[in-house]
Amino acid sequence: MIQITPKENQSRWVSLGIPIMAAVLSLLLAAIPLAFTGASILDAYVQMIKGVFGSLFNFTEMLTRATPLIFTGLAAAIAFRAKLWNIGAEGQLYLGAMAAVWVGTGMVDGPPILMIPLVLAAGAIAGGLGMLGPALLKTRFGADEVVTSLLLNFIILIFLQMMLEGPLKDPMGLGWPQSEPIVDNAILPQLITRMRLHAGFILALGTAVVAYVILAMTVWGFKIRAVGENAAAARHAGIAVNKTYLAVAMASGALAGIAGVSEVAGLKGYLTADLSPGFGYTGIVVAMLAGLSPLGVIAASLFVASVFVGADSMSRAIGVSSFIADLIVSMSLLCVLLGGFFARFNLRWDRNKGDGS
Amino acid sequence: MTNPLILSLRGMTKRFGSVVASDAIDLDLQRGEVLALLGENGAGKTTLMNMLFGQYTPDAGTVHVWDDTDHETVLPAGQPQAAIDARIGMVHQHFTLAENLSVLDNILLGAEPLFRLGRHTRDAREKLTRLMDDSGLIAPLDTRVGDLTVGERQRVEILKALYRDVRILVLDEPTAVLTPQEADTMFASMRAMVDRGLSVIFISHKLHEVQAFSDRIAVLRHGRKTGEMATKDADTGSIIRMMVGEDLEVPPRVAGVPKKPILELKDIHTLNAGGGQGLSGLNLTVHGGEIVGIAGISGNGQSAFAGLVSGLVQPQSGAISVNGKAMLKPSPKAMLDAGIGRIPEDRHHDGIVSAMSVAENLVIERLDAPDVQTRGFLRKSQIAENAQDLTQKYDVRGPGIEARSALLSGGNIQKLILARVLETDPDLILANQPTRGLDFKAASEVSRRLFEARDRGAGVILISEDLDEVLALADRILVMHNGHLVEADSRDRTVIGLMMAGGRAA
Repeated sequence: MIQITPKENQSRWVSLGIPIMAAVLSLLLAAIPLAFTGASILDAYVQMIKGVFGSLFNFTEMLTRATPLIFTGLAAAIAFRAKLWNIGAEGQLYLGAMAAVWVGTGMVDGPPILMIPLVLAAGAIAGGLGMLGPALLKTRFGADEVVTSLLLNFIILIFLQMMLEGPLKDPMGLGWPQSEPIVDNAILPQLITRMRLHAGFILALGTAVVAYVILAMTVWGFKIRAVGENAAAARHAGIAVNKTYLAVAMASGALAGIAGVSEVAGLKGYLTADLSPGFGYTGIVVAMLAGLSPLGVIAASLFVASVFVGADSMSRAIGVSSFIADLIVSMSLLCVLLGGFFARFNLRWDRNKGDGS
Repeated sequence: MTNPLILSLRGMTKRFGSVVASDAIDLDLQRGEVLALLGENGAGKTTLMNMLFGQYTPDAGTVHVWDDTDHETVLPAGQPQAAIDARIGMVHQHFTLAENLSVLDNILLGAEPLFRLGRHTRDAREKLTRLMDDSGLIAPLDTRVGDLTVGERQRVEILKALYRDVRILVLDEPTAVLTPQEADTMFASMRAMVDRGLSVIFISHKLHEVQAFSDRIAVLRHGRKTGEMATKDADTGSIIRMMVGEDLEVPPRVAGVPKKPILELKDIHTLNAGGGQGLSGLNLTVHGGEIVGIAGISGNGQSAFAGLVSGLVQPQSGAISVNGKAMLKPSPKAMLDAGIGRIPEDRHHDGIVSAMSVAENLVIERLDAPDVQTRGFLRKSQIAENAQDLTQKYDVRGPGIEARSALLSGGNIQKLILARVLETDPDLILANQPTRGLDFKAASEVSRRLFEARDRGAGVILISEDLDEVLALADRILVMHNGHLVEADSRDRTVIGLMMAGGRAA
């Protein structure tokens, strides 16, 4: 029988090393399915690395891809720290995008210094309200927010399609279900000419730092951590637990909403129903890879984005399906979860099968 | 006594990692003897019994049993069935009864052949009637266990063991949930069975019970046997010395001087929450400078009462006032701000956030204080300094103030909570089971601190299941039964015991 006992203490280095080991291990494990495709494994890895680091364009593409992941990763990380399981970042992302399009396509116009904060604020509020509903159902009626926030995604997606066929539809769009383009003054500026990388990336980095500061250095962050680690003790100690859940829900939803604004106003310019290839869900993976640490979310987003962009490029170059990227990301998550388990528990093979402790 | 041996544990050793839970313990039990096994938490009592019952495989040591013809057998290690076959039985501290089955079914459970059509309960009833006559342990055989009182349940547990014709019975803290009267009855019954040849190992930490009931005492400390003697030769001081390893002063109680009223509860009613008993028509005034002890068997409304004073439970009707100010919307925060410090019953679940650091747990109740934060930002160096001071002052030992508080022992967690509560100079302290699970030293430290706070002028409410503790600390004793709180007009164990069982003192 295998005995599993919790370790007394785990070092900082272990908690830092595990995600890195997991990332490396998942990349190595990708060799197995690659071998089945008959492609040269070495060549595949070279193509993947080139796809990310081969040129300035490739590199900035990777950063562009990482941008929404940082936002949705932060959305998941901050909620999960309070043990508020927001699985609805995908829907909140679209709510944010819709709000940005609603105010950013001619309703108002002004200089960029006003318009950009305006669309960001609109998206943040819309996304925050999107999570406020499930959080209220949780605090009022004890409804499981995993279920409510997840199911809300599908409702929002259908609502989006309705809006894109109706009020938000671009009359000049040749019948396609897409919104009007966002006005120029609300577009997030490019960071490097002729590259798609936009100011959303800088905003994402800044947001991660702010989230880190909030969690580690403020009273509010203290409350979030206390509620997440032991809500009963937090309540006993006089912390308003439900208020904390609601505030965290707003913050988490707002971050996901900003991810949507950033994609619409920074990258696409107009809204379609395929704005996000599952950024909301991938954000959960990113947050888990990051160990729910806001700064870790940056690193995890860069890793996941690299895998996706690298795998795309590899698949173009040597004809291997780009689904390999999903495989690598999934395996890295499994490796992190397993690694976290080994870091927290001692495993010992015990031949005395009678011992139950 | 020179009765023949019935059981002998020899050199019993068990290691868990680097901890030696049981270090070459020898223990002999004679036929028809009551052996008390004394020791603090973690002394190795449970480990030793688990080895006896084959739950643990010892790293070294053997269990010898003699049958009625004095034939010696060595029990194979790590086989519970061998202990059952040798007719060794145990009554656990936490009952192992199925509440929705009848008493009879609970007793027969596991003693009946599995594959047989129909049930033959007539023989069983006859045998049980005989057993009840012999022992005086009476239980209604056809009643659902869920409808029984705690004392009755314990009788069922003992009957269940006796029905299996045990020759050796281990009682693990059998009086923890009983009123003094129930405990006396139980001891009388056990004595009757011992006179008929039953041998008993009796685990306890209540010295007066041990002295009244046992023939011989064995004391364990840190996994070693530190002493063994006939009960008639043992005095309290020497037993404590063997248990604790040093002379220990139990702080003597000096009556407090009541001052102005601090907490006033008038005609409070609460709902029965989560299966727990609510409060009905509770009146209580607690003054500064007094310790009010609330005795009673748990489950009689103590949780609702503690929740009320902590601000976690809202009253349905009635009035709460603190220092003359009405508490219209009680909440944990409001109660803290009004000057009520709370030591929760379940210190791990409600007392600390174990994943957060010692320093953080020390300030968690006063996050608004100017030395904890400025404009919403935590003042880390002040928080660390505060933790440095308090851990020193209250002797909280652990791997450091930045370490997760989960790494502290139970006694040190309680000291952390005490430090947090007492440092704010509360006007009222609610101490709910403050010494449960603590060793002598930690427990007497808690008592000393509560006396200190009282002498400083604070009011203290002490809720405890342990009547001895209430008698040792409280200036005034009330008994909680069925959601009612009644003042005891006597410090007599019998009177209070009757009130705990719901009877009124005449």
